[in-house]
Amino acid sequence: MADLIVTLLKVAFLAVLWLFVLIVANVIRTDLFRPEPATSGGRATKPAVTARSGRQRRGQPRVLAIDNGPQAGTRLALVDEFRIGRAPDCALILDDDYVSGDHASLARRAGGEWVLTDLGSTNGTFVNEVRVTSPTVVTTADSLRIGRTQMRLET
Amino acid sequence: MSATAVSTGDAVVHRRRPVIGLLLLVLAQVIGAAGYVLTHLDIDGRLPSGWPVVFLAWFGVGLATYVLVRWRLPHADPVLLPATFLLVGVGLGMIHRIDLIAEPARHDAETQFVWLLLGIVTAVALVFLVKDYRLLRRFPYVLFLAGLVLLLLPLSPLGVELNGSRIWIRLLGYSFQPAEVAKLVLSLAFAGYLADTKDVLAMAGPRVLGFTLPRARDLGPIAVMWVASLLVLIYQKDLGTSMLFFGLFVAMVYVATGRGSWVVLGALLFAAGGWFAYQKFAYVGVRVSSWLHPFSDYDKNYQVIQAQFGFAYGGLLGRGWGLGRPGLTPLAKSDFITAAIGEELGIVGLVAVILVYGIIVARGLRTALSCTQPFGKLLSAGLSLVFALQVFAIIGGVTRLLPLTGLTTPFMSQGGSSMVANWLVVAVMLVVSNDARRPAVVRESEADVASLSADATQVISVPQLRRSAPRTAATPSAVEEEQGAPSAQTVVVPEDEMEATAPFRLPDAPPNPSQPPQQSQRFQPEEGQ
Repeated sequence: MADLIVTLLKVAFLAVLWLFVLIVANVIRTDLFRPEPATSGGRATKPAVTARSGRQRRGQPRVLAIDNGPQAGTRLALVDEFRIGRAPDCALILDDDYVSGDHASLARRAGGEWVLTDLGSTNGTFVNEVRVTSPTVVTTADSLRIGRTQMRLET
Repeated sequence: MSATAVSTGDAVVHRRRPVIGLLLLVLAQVIGAAGYVLTHLDIDGRLPSGWPVVFLAWFGVGLATYVLVRWRLPHADPVLLPATFLLVGVGLGMIHRIDLIAEPARHDAETQFVWLLLGIVTAVALVFLVKDYRLLRRFPYVLFLAGLVLLLLPLSPLGVELNGSRIWIRLLGYSFQPAEVAKLVLSLAFAGYLADTKDVLAMAGPRVLGFTLPRARDLGPIAVMWVASLLVLIYQKDLGTSMLFFGLFVAMVYVATGRGSWVVLGALLFAAGGWFAYQKFAYVGVRVSSWLHPFSDYDKNYQVIQAQFGFAYGGLLGRGWGLGRPGLTPLAKSDFITAAIGEELGIVGLVAVILVYGIIVARGLRTALSCTQPFGKLLSAGLSLVFALQVFAIIGGVTRLLPLTGLTTPFMSQGGSSMVANWLVVAVMLVVSNDARRPAVVRESEADVASLSADATQVISVPQLRRSAPRTAATPSAVEEEQGAPSAQTVVVPEDEMEATAPFRLPDAPPNPSQPPQQSQRFQPEEGQ
């Protein structure tokens, strides 16, 4: 084959190889900088969320109150996202044999609603005594139960 | 499926991007196929005779893998699979190209394709069988033992010595590198162990010179890993494997604890082991001298020198597929496939390939960042780091940045155990990334979660069972009925012995008054609000 064609094909191959790398880089870039809600921990968007939260959170739940169970009477201030379970790295540690290591997470979405997610626990997470199988929006009207602990959101 | 598959109003975390994922996969496969076609065009001046069959098999496998993975893991990282296929394609193309040098042409590329199929089948099987990867967290010590046994298996009578290193075992006529699988098993074991103990490892210990040193009793696992690595170094005569596993352990401890002291300690231990080996074992000295002064002994360092000539002959843009002479380097298909790529694709092509490796590592680390589970975080970080270390060690060795080690180039070099093991690594990365990238609220995956909860402990009321067999008492109506009937028996089916040691109490029963309230939480109890 003519040398010129061989060279052109060689360069074209390398160009396509680099095109692949560049497209992947672009996919990664758009993946990274897409506006993320508070739950995903995107550093760029976090200040904006806290700036808004002062106004938006009025009337929103601010406290998780434990009504029933070994730790009854405890009240704790809500942070944007935390995990509940028996594992030492959970923010709310429930000392209860019916609680899994990483039992559930409670996270605030951008709109201010709180979402309760079961993290594949063994004994389940209950909202108004209904076992939740998918992430569920909870309000101050709902009663949450994990193991023997009953909780509720309060403003 | 649309590119923005998350319904409106839901919290968007990561886009699923199935379309760009498919386009990238096709592009990656086109690059592999182009290597194959260009080789034949450059050597014979015409298309290869069997190209329709080859194309059908190659693109068919890619699309089937894509569909199966997407179906089971809709939120998985869109970039991992295409990047893997690009490396596999370039590797297969290069093995086929080197096959053509021999007279008559060899058929190693076809064998390698069979290994690729086996790797993909095991990866897809893992994706389908592991419903929840967190189950793997439950037995770290068993996995740790299994990993060590795999790692040291070549020292048993099954092991065979090949090219100076005893890192192979021979079973039923096939040779097999158990260390490749041990990589995955030990990553799982370390992730499980460290997810439980990271706080202790990070917090406890005396402070000396600004370092929080680990306590003596926490040093057990690092000592075991160090001894295992030394055994590999001394008896298997393989610097790379030894470095890989010790490095994996130290890196994972560092990721888990964030304490630099572990890295310093690990580096010191590895340096001590390396120096000891350099003094005591001739083979290490040979490796070091062929790294620093290859041209002092042309015959002994023939392979390294040929690779250097190959890189130089390739230059910036390479000779082009089929136009270099990679066959002059011994083991050009396996250990030295990087040299063959550098020769025919040039530094421009080789850097692109290294970047694709970097992309896989970066996506793994990104998954670790966005994963909310400590186990998933550590697992993803560990697998990415061991992958990165392996690529760094072998490509660094071939390009004479480091002393040469006998590791395989993942997805590219010829060999079945490496191909299957690395596909398993990618499968685990995909599973974890699917979990990490799942949006906060997903409606279509309810069936998925429901199947998980079916595995778990259920409270079954016995009278309830007698009345209607398939119902379980976890449904709300059953719970209400139970409250009205205090005599109803409850049966706890323990799924995990840790979870159900105490007798079960009915959902609304008052707390046991004899049990003191325990304030084991990190939040400050709120006062006056």
